[in-house]
Amino acid sequence: MISVKVVFFASFKETLGRAELHLEINPGSSIQDLCDLLAEKGDLWHELFSGAKNNVKIACNQQMVEITNLLKNDDEVAFFPPVTGG
Amino acid sequence: MSIKKPSVIISDEPFDLAALNHVIQSSEGENGASVIFTGCVRVSDEESGLTGMTLEHYPGMTESLLEDILSQAAARWHLTRVLVAHRVGHLLPGETIVFVGICALHRKEAFEAAEFVMDYLKNQATFWKKEHYAPSSNKTDTWVDAKQTDLESLKRWQGKFDSIR
Repeated sequence: MISVKVVFFASFKETLGRAELHLEINPGSSIQDLCDLLAEKGDLWHELFSGAKNNVKIACNQQMVEITNLLKNDDEVAFFPPVTGG
Repeated sequence: MSIKKPSVIISDEPFDLAALNHVIQSSEGENGASVIFTGCVRVSDEESGLTGMTLEHYPGMTESLLEDILSQAAARWHLTRVLVAHRVGHLLPGETIVFVGICALHRKEAFEAAEFVMDYLKNQATFWKKEHYAPSSNKTDTWVDAKQTDLESLKRWQGKFDSIR
């Protein structure tokens, strides 16, 4: 298994009631596989992480990535809504 | 034209605007033009009852995205000095959210680069705003939605020289 850190920001952090979590996942897994795991954690999680994710932005190690991105040990994966600064 | 290391400031305290202005406007002749943009917490009819906002960001990623945007601007125009300062934490109406200062030899470059930096900052920099309302306003605290118009404003820059994400 590989270990990844998952972080959430803004409305996602508020909805899920937590800023980060650590989990173990099979080597060779993609962010899509990670989303499938997260979707099993409860109704609110399911709503955010299953199906179409047009309003879910994903960064891996602080670089924007696609959901097909493959995970490595110790990756930091961030999920957040479209940005609204400025 | 060489440029000093792009400057990015993220602060949870109100900006000293005079100090930021000084960084951009002091010159020994190397800057022919400077453009300063500030964006502030607005309370128009649409936001009536707004008591303030909270700005959250992704520490580390935000700084590198802003530095990347400034580098892209410096690669595209001949700039002599660039500075972006952005607030996080709790802000009151009227407070400055963002300060962009751009110096160049000529005004056209400074104006264009300032718009470029703001357009990309709005669409890419990892900040999120939450609006807070007075209980008497019958509005609830709300995370601001991203605007389609901000996305469209990027199109003017997406020519053959554009390599930014």
